Amino acid sequence: MAELSKNDEPQDATPNVSDVEVVDAHSETEAVAAIEAPVERGEPILQVRNLVKHFPLTQGILFKKQIGAVKAVDGVSFDLYQGETLGIVGESGCGKSTVAKLLMNLERATAGEIFYKGQDITKLSGRAMKAVRRNIQMVFQDPYTSLNPRMTVGDIIGEPFDIHPEVAPKGDRRKRVQELLDVVGLNPEYINRYPHQFSGGQRQRIGIARGLALNPEIIICDEPVSALDVSVQAQVINLMERLQDEFNLSYIFIAHDLSIVRHISDRVGVMYLGKIAEIGTDEQIYDHPTHPYTQALLSAVPVPDPEAREGRERIILSGDVPSPANPPSGCRFRTRCWKAEDKCANEVPLLAIPERFKTSDTPAAHESACHFAEEKDVVHAA
Amino acid sequence: MPDVTKTDVKTDAADPVGAAPVAKAAESKPEKSRSLWGDAWADLRRSWIFIVSSVLIFFLLLITFFPGWFTSAQPVLGDLSNHYLQKPKLGEVGSPDWLGYDQQGRSVYARVIYGTRASVAVGFGTTILVTLVGSLVGMIAGYFGGIVDSILSRLTDVFFGIPFLLGTMVVLNSFPERTTWVVIGALGFFGWTQISRVMRGAVITTKQSDYVQAAKALGASTPRIMFRHILPNTMAPVIVVATISLGVYIAAEATLSFLGLGLSGVSWGNDISDGGNSIRVAQWIMLYPSIMLSITVLAFIMLGEAVRNALDPKMR
Repeated sequence: MAELSKNDEPQDATPNVSDVEVVDAHSETEAVAAIEAPVERGEPILQVRNLVKHFPLTQGILFKKQIGAVKAVDGVSFDLYQGETLGIVGESGCGKSTVAKLLMNLERATAGEIFYKGQDITKLSGRAMKAVRRNIQMVFQDPYTSLNPRMTVGDIIGEPFDIHPEVAPKGDRRKRVQELLDVVGLNPEYINRYPHQFSGGQRQRIGIARGLALNPEIIICDEPVSALDVSVQAQVINLMERLQDEFNLSYIFIAHDLSIVRHISDRVGVMYLGKIAEIGTDEQIYDHPTHPYTQALLSAVPVPDPEAREGRERIILSGDVPSPANPPSGCRFRTRCWKAEDKCANEVPLLAIPERFKTSDTPAAHESACHFAEEKDVVHAA
Repeated sequence: MPDVTKTDVKTDAADPVGAAPVAKAAESKPEKSRSLWGDAWADLRRSWIFIVSSVLIFFLLLITFFPGWFTSAQPVLGDLSNHYLQKPKLGEVGSPDWLGYDQQGRSVYARVIYGTRASVAVGFGTTILVTLVGSLVGMIAGYFGGIVDSILSRLTDVFFGIPFLLGTMVVLNSFPERTTWVVIGALGFFGWTQISRVMRGAVITTKQSDYVQAAKALGASTPRIMFRHILPNTMAPVIVVATISLGVYIAAEATLSFLGLGLSGVSWGNDISDGGNSIRVAQWIMLYPSIMLSITVLAFIMLGEAVRNALDPKMR
């Protein structure tokens, strides 16, 4: 967004060439201080700007030559406000999980910035990075692979305290782990059990407890319930909502289940092929979608009411998602879009409030990356 | 038994948030927690292969450490009056005459007993050396990847390409006095490649797992990730390969001794080699060390088999 350029803090992160040493040491202390400062509710806590991740495609065994790149994430920007839940939806392979990995700094971004409280975390290291890690945690998709099978539950949830010993004094840790188990609705007696002695839903609770251990401000949930039974999904979602209120958390909630995302999110971003197609509040996205992809996606949501279902128009997209190694020119969605014209192939649509809605205050006035954005009434259940 | 506990836990999941599991566990008695190793151990105890092989290995270790408990004769004391045509007195179990005498009038029984130490020492020593070196190389190659992996993997390939016995023979040939350490070193020098490859593969698989990603997301240091998360989850295949190769190294030591390039002291391989010269008149000189060698190799390979069955979850 435009207002970020006024922000002078990001420039601190780029050290002067003349006295790199001094600036580095100076800015690290400053960065840690900035990271530890609290953020008011409703203020932006995480700002992502033009995030890009290209995975190189190489050829050759001994001497590797880059012959292209899979553009998994290609220019994603959004804000996360303190205390809110931002849902990110999109079909498989659209780059949702890569965004999560980039936000966690588990993958190095090819380009772009991620500002956490004004500090660009893609450039941090050492002490400042450790402080960021304490404040941004993650809940993984598959509870069967995200817990080390050779460690007891107590060791798994207690590990954050081993890595960040300043959070809990040594004698206090067992008690803290038991409290965490209690918070996520597990019996504190289970502390000496191993992950394989639990069900999927219980394992996911353990994963959430591990994420909560350091008292983070942001939790990134990468499809946290898609591996669970529907009945268990609801329990875990309710637990997460309760924890958000209790610990004042901000969530980035990645999923492909539109109903769950609507249930938990305050705002929703729709991703397609490495870009954000549309972003707005859940009402704006679900009831007043302006991007054709969002409309098609919503029309595919199963409707439990047979009468409403009969009359509705289903938008059936033809073809497959193009390869992210060779995405279409202009608008990424144009190869499957019924509105596509020459303009779509030549001009990349920007993610902005469409001109025609700018002056009005209809719910359609939200950011949408389409040249021909307009509302379309899609009957859906979510 | 394990099935009962597992289903017990799983039924909890269907209950509404949290309340029921707490209530349920309160009434169930505190149970012993079981790790995957614990499950493997429970499996092993039921396996007859494991029981037979561990009883055999127990006796072998007893012979290794306390050869004096089994025979009063000395393996190097030759009395030419007991020349090798004196047949075994199979009725006199445990006496120096039991398994007859060799060409130099030494008790075959005493030599079989004292030869155990050489074989077991070489087997265990080589296996430990090979496991340490192979795991380290495989771990570094698999974890760091890239150019480090390329260099180490090619190095492994080079060593793998050298014929194992030929390589050790060339090395041992240059030592005038071949002590246990020299033989262990020579076998280990050419033997670490298999474990290194197994380890590298296991590390690459484990490195990508979510729990390693979770540890990284917590800010865990590289040594912590390597030793707390990756190593425990890659040990199972390494242990299996190591246990099976223990028997192979014992056989290799005997082969080298047979060829005259093994240990300089008392060793089954030396005796088999010597006995081969007089097999038509005094079969026992070669027969009894061969039987012991076969039993020993078999015991360790059976143990490896049992351990693999217990550690491989797909076999359950």
